[in-house]
Amino acid sequence: MENLDIARNHLLAPTGLSDEDVNKALSAALGGSIDAADLYFQSTTRESWSLDDGIVKDASFNLEHGVGVRAMSGDKTGFAYSDDIAMSALLESSQAARSIAKSTGTNEMQSWRVQSGHMLYTPDNPLSVLNENEKMDLLREADATARAADPRVKQVMVSLVGSQEVILIARSDGTLAADVRPLVRFNVNVIVEQNGRREQGFMGGGGRYDYKKFIALDAANEFSREAVRQALVNLDAKDAPAGNMTVVLGPGWPGVLLHEAIGHGLEGDFNRKGTSAFSGRIGERVASPGVTVVDDGTLPNRRGSLNIDDEGTLTQCTTLIEDGILKGYMQDRLNGKLSKTTSTGNGRRESYAHQTMPRMTNTYMLAGEHDPQEILASVDKGFYAVNFGGGQVDITSGKFVFSASEAYMVENGKITYPVKGATLIGDGPDVLTRVGMIGNDLKLDTGVGTCGKEGQSVPVGVGQPTMRIDGITVGGTQA
Amino acid sequence: MSATPDRITNDDSLESLLSQAVEYARANGADQIEVAASNDKGYSVTARLGEVETVEHHNQRSMGVTVYRGKAKGSASTNIVTPEAVNRTIDSALNIAKFTAEDECAGLADAELMANNYLQLDLDHPWAIEPDSALQQAIRCEEVARDDKRIVNSEGASVSSIGTQLTYANSHGFVGEYHGTRHSISCSVVAGDDKGMQRDYWYSVERDANNLEDVEAIGAMACERTVRRLGARGLKTCSVPILFEPTLARSLLGHLFSAISGGALYREASFLLDSINKQVLPDWITITEDPHMLGALGSAPFDHEGVRTQSRKVVEDGVLQGYVLSSYSARKLGMQTTANAGGVHNVKISDSNKSQQDLLKDMGKGLLATELIGHGVNTVTGDYSRGASGFWVENGEIQYPVEEITVAGNLADMFVNISAVGNDVDRRGNIQCGSILIENMTIAGGS
Repeated sequence: MENLDIARNHLLAPTGLSDEDVNKALSAALGGSIDAADLYFQSTTRESWSLDDGIVKDASFNLEHGVGVRAMSGDKTGFAYSDDIAMSALLESSQAARSIAKSTGTNEMQSWRVQSGHMLYTPDNPLSVLNENEKMDLLREADATARAADPRVKQVMVSLVGSQEVILIARSDGTLAADVRPLVRFNVNVIVEQNGRREQGFMGGGGRYDYKKFIALDAANEFSREAVRQALVNLDAKDAPAGNMTVVLGPGWPGVLLHEAIGHGLEGDFNRKGTSAFSGRIGERVASPGVTVVDDGTLPNRRGSLNIDDEGTLTQCTTLIEDGILKGYMQDRLNGKLSKTTSTGNGRRESYAHQTMPRMTNTYMLAGEHDPQEILASVDKGFYAVNFGGGQVDITSGKFVFSASEAYMVENGKITYPVKGATLIGDGPDVLTRVGMIGNDLKLDTGVGTCGKEGQSVPVGVGQPTMRIDGITVGGTQA
Repeated sequence: MSATPDRITNDDSLESLLSQAVEYARANGADQIEVAASNDKGYSVTARLGEVETVEHHNQRSMGVTVYRGKAKGSASTNIVTPEAVNRTIDSALNIAKFTAEDECAGLADAELMANNYLQLDLDHPWAIEPDSALQQAIRCEEVARDDKRIVNSEGASVSSIGTQLTYANSHGFVGEYHGTRHSISCSVVAGDDKGMQRDYWYSVERDANNLEDVEAIGAMACERTVRRLGARGLKTCSVPILFEPTLARSLLGHLFSAISGGALYREASFLLDSINKQVLPDWITITEDPHMLGALGSAPFDHEGVRTQSRKVVEDGVLQGYVLSSYSARKLGMQTTANAGGVHNVKISDSNKSQQDLLKDMGKGLLATELIGHGVNTVTGDYSRGASGFWVENGEIQYPVEEITVAGNLADMFVNISAVGNDVDRRGNIQCGSILIENMTIAGGS
């Protein structure tokens, strides 16, 4: 109940709105062929501090609020929003949203029923646990550590970003739910130079906790040293190979493979419409035996976790692939209903001004039984990638890419030399059938993922153990 | 084009709000201040499989302020555009500037660069169309796109119309405002055969809806581009020339502009450091920036700092003439701003007066790339590696569609290895260019 009270105070009280007013606005969106409607009230405070060239030269503070109104009729959606949380604007948005309905009728609001959420993070303001000087100290310490780590470090960019989001969801079926979501992030980016050659390294992390966690993690020192290490490795990197080869992926963030190769293709909207390469394939083998992949929104304090999703549904752990067999899709309410199943708690939106869609939370592969050293030792000749940038997928053809930022050649089971980053490309429904060995070292990423879909960004997590793929195309320059 | 001392005055409430904001900030400790506000209004409708799928009404406001206490900077923004909220936002920015470090290069752009008596650029063309008729257009567009038995599904067709009001004021006394519209029609369909499915799309975007491509032409193009991808194969790893379609060629020029942008240069995070007056492209290429084209998508009378925009040659005879600078990055580099705070305006590249067909003939054997995916572009080193699909070309003719390949090289080499630029110019964006043919790139494939 605490979150609901916070949300009422934050979102409704300033303009004197009551639950009764919310009921009226929803009723205005209902009627005729409209079979469901919802309101999404949101208030977000966000700040970011940044350092480059050795000084904290800028910081910004952002405050936004608004309300989105959605009216649904079968597979049709009307949507409107306003940055003015007041009765007149609410009614206007409700009218605009329900304009997709052709006839008038009398669907009615159900009586309120409170949906409480998980308690995966606390509703305290994550920004106020440190004062301005303490925040700047974090940035300056990271800068000093990176510069002290190696004389070849030429530039250090550090940023500290935090936000608190208060949301209130009211649905025409009477569901009332609220969440207060902290999210913080600390990034270090360095550029090193040696004999005129420049390379970069990056380390970042964060989650749904407050800034004090960065002090506990010693992020200012740990992240800086890791960013410098990566950059220095790249100074010695040779050109990457081109062609199909055995690839070993390290644990943690390389799980972005799963996000692109299968995650998007298993989102309910694409499958309901039949536009995904995975459409209609539930029950089929899409991965090697031993491969189990889940999407889990219930991990405490993770970047991709949510107490409730953006439709007020409890998040859950959904099994996508079990022992190689495709088990299920990720659904929001609309696509769940149209697919004759239910929401899996994956209904998400970037903000009140965006429409809900099925989105991932934390997507990862469960651990296998092999020691990671044993996996490397099994490779005669191949490519070993431990750090990645982003990826992308064409869900219809199933082709996906993800780009390595730290990689090595492996020969006779041993790492030989570092190679430049390269993009890897594969086929989603096929790539996991080539998984040859799975490590016992499952790791989740450090909290850096942002997923883009139809122009909307949401924070997500990924993870995996070390994994060997027997054949994927590496896009280097050395043919 | 006409110069006028009068500003657009059909909604001056934002202007007076901003003028008051400047007063308030100065009264409360700011030595300098700038404030910008915008308001986007409009709608978008999507039809799928012949029926309405979504109707979205947009109305989004935002206001951002930057203050300087001496040479220390603070920024804040909000979407709550009331006088009280604006003052609270300024207070937040002023508080931040108590803590941030003094930076010799910080501050507003110089007063003498302000775009006083700025130009009216014919950017505002409201489209008198109701969502219902927009929906009929979307339905017709998709109907044409699906009129082929190989088209088995659809992601729908959309029509969208957005009007934007941009207002900027600073403590030099400059206040500027302009309105612009952006209308678009797009369509994306799915083709299928026993080997699998392929998706592609087409769109048109204009400031004046009268200039939009015909909905039926957009639908037909979406259909053609999608069905031609059916039966795509892989390729063997090889080194060949690649012809990048105009939409992709635009992204290559985008990488050039990232590498010569002030932020990347002063941080030494670019593969084109110290490249002024150096050959970065073949000597027959000239690239211009023309911010004052009437009615163009990238036109702007002033940049995000109120600086008067100007036409210029960015590259002449392959030699870089200037960087892409804001006042801050310019001071860091000991140079003058190029009025590019917020980005470039209407970039054009000279062409080789050849059609895409001619370029395919010139290429002989290689890849016509029609889609790139992924983020494998490193502006620090120039290393380039992206996923691609397109068509295999031999004897200057398209042989078959290809997919699941990567294209790789180093941007610095790729730029000097451009052997031709087509006259098939894609005008749908801020960077306008035709197909670009690049010699000797690496394709990786699994076949």
